[in-house]
Amino acid sequence: MTASLTREQAQELYYYLRLTRSLEEMLARLFRQNQVFGGLYSSLGQEAVSIGAAYALEPGDWIAPMIRNIGALLVRGIKPRELLMQLMAREGSPTHGKDGTCHLADLSGRHIVAPISMLGDLIPVMTGVAMAGRYLGHKIVAMTWIGDGGTSTGAFHEGLNLAAVQKAPLVVVVENNQWAYSTPVGRQVPLRDLAERARAYGISSHIVDGNDLPAVLDTTRKAVRTAREGNGPVLIEAKTMRMAGHAQHDPAAYVPRTMTDYWKSQDPLHRYQDYLTAQRLWDADAKAALDARIERELAAELALAEASPFPPPELAEQGVYCQGCHQIEARWQRPIDELMPPKSSVRAEWVVEDFGSVEAGTNGTGKKVRS
Amino acid sequence: MAQVTYLEAIRQALAEEMERDPAVLLLGQDIGVYGGAFQATAGLLERFGWERVVDTPISETAIVGAAVGMSYLGLRPVAEMQFMDFVACAFNSITNYAAKSHYLWGAPAPIVIRGPSGGGVHGGPFHSSNPEMYFAHTPGLKVVCPATAYDAKGLLKSAIRDNNPVLFFEHKFLYRRIKEDLPEGEYTVPLGQAIIRRPGRDLTIVTYAAMVHASLEAAERLAQENIEAEVLDLRTLAPLDRATIFESVGRTSKLLVVHEDTRTGGIAGEIAALVTESLFDQLDGPIRRVTSLDTPVPFSPPLEEHFRPNAERIAAAARELANY
Repeated sequence: MTASLTREQAQELYYYLRLTRSLEEMLARLFRQNQVFGGLYSSLGQEAVSIGAAYALEPGDWIAPMIRNIGALLVRGIKPRELLMQLMAREGSPTHGKDGTCHLADLSGRHIVAPISMLGDLIPVMTGVAMAGRYLGHKIVAMTWIGDGGTSTGAFHEGLNLAAVQKAPLVVVVENNQWAYSTPVGRQVPLRDLAERARAYGISSHIVDGNDLPAVLDTTRKAVRTAREGNGPVLIEAKTMRMAGHAQHDPAAYVPRTMTDYWKSQDPLHRYQDYLTAQRLWDADAKAALDARIERELAAELALAEASPFPPPELAEQGVYCQGCHQIEARWQRPIDELMPPKSSVRAEWVVEDFGSVEAGTNGTGKKVRS
Repeated sequence: MAQVTYLEAIRQALAEEMERDPAVLLLGQDIGVYGGAFQATAGLLERFGWERVVDTPISETAIVGAAVGMSYLGLRPVAEMQFMDFVACAFNSITNYAAKSHYLWGAPAPIVIRGPSGGGVHGGPFHSSNPEMYFAHTPGLKVVCPATAYDAKGLLKSAIRDNNPVLFFEHKFLYRRIKEDLPEGEYTVPLGQAIIRRPGRDLTIVTYAAMVHASLEAAERLAQENIEAEVLDLRTLAPLDRATIFESVGRTSKLLVVHEDTRTGGIAGEIAALVTESLFDQLDGPIRRVTSLDTPVPFSPPLEEHFRPNAERIAAAARELANY
């Protein structure tokens, strides 16, 4: 697959891909040493979906990652130390120990919306982000991810349906990693291609090889352009495979070995390395330098995380309500008077062009109408 | 000054806040061209346009979720539930997402979820309930239950300006049944301040929403028997104005809590616990409750009348407590 990439961009993508894997390897070690609290969820084998999709965005765009999208957070500027501190439950983490994993937000700076563990809920939230961006005159796109299992939720349907009728600039990446915890995708959805779900909302969709990083980037760039231009939401199905258990505690014995073996041969990191070599986008020296940089950076990031203390117990009592600690201000990039009377005033009546009979696009006048 | 109904007061609050702040916009079902099932948003689409009065699909989860997302960019969306019974459909978005956003991630979500609750209009089990306590129990949410037109307007304005998610329970029985003169100018009513609706020396009736009126009626009857009941309107269940409750019960030494919500897990239990913890020595009688039955809201008029508290039952309980 080809994406138009400069040598620098191509190597930067490798940096994020390798960084994600190395960071997750570090987290697994910390988990075994009881330094990480709660569950540890891995994106092993599906890192390209996070990185390729997030890399397609502009700086002002918004993302809401799910649990296996730490690669997207890294691309959007979250530092490994922030994730390490989150998982190690330290005071210095973005949530000061109140929440773990990748559950963090940065509204004012990096435009990151936090996930919750209940699947599907981010789609309505990011639909709102997309609608608000348009309302304020920002030319933004909102992006979120969801797994194959998450598409079974009511929130997924309600959110995509609302986004579709509102033509919200939203890109939803359905990360079909074949398994919802221990349940295979065929027991979640009676469709081979989850992209088919888009037809129910009248929106465009793509299917992409989720282990092919340039392909993910290329496809997402198209989707982002479509959404940004006002054509409504786009759904991307990225076909990939969860190469670890649901979380660290799960050996995933329910996955057939032959399936694991097949997907091992499709490892996104190895495939991207081969791509860079074949396209002559790097050489052995460049690879060695990037690998050494990642190792050096992660060691320094871990030292920073370890230096952060646990939060003081009394912090548990604080921050339930915003009591003036935040200044909430909309950033307008369009004239406000368009939204105020008299300019905002309209005739409050529906224009119905299609009367809805079985004969498509007619309204009794005999003339064809837009439907 | 013109007489303004509770419903018109809500409409005025929405219109004035939309006029004041372009970040305020409305989301809901049938709120635009139709003006809302109870006409709370009538005329607002004409004035403010399609972008600010958004008719949505029948998707309570998406409405609340989208409101939260909008609030993250500095907007102040007001989401209408066509009936507050349907807020159950958005329970996860409210209790797991909106309520936790500030505490966990430092991301304030200034949204208002408003709509008609309560019975007395024979709406049946899915159009009459009082689901406020699910939310009063959830840290991070504010819960408002106005009893008068003045409060409906002033509290809704405060709710819209608040930086937290606010559940605003309008009482549909009051929509067109009560009216009063409202001030011409701008005013707000702060969240978290109860008010004494009628002073009295013999006992305190703590209540809110439509039951304020039933309690006042009961107090009128008791006055003829020389029993002076103080009626305290909570106005908001979260934050709960403990100070005003304690001050009143400290004076009367007797407490009756009245609510239209069902009995178990209603706010009366919490208030009884608070008063027992703080004022045990000052009490001259058992804390009593008059509430709806622990059943779904039944449909047929005699069943619903049996289910809900009324002035007669409140007076009977108050009389017994006063004479204790």
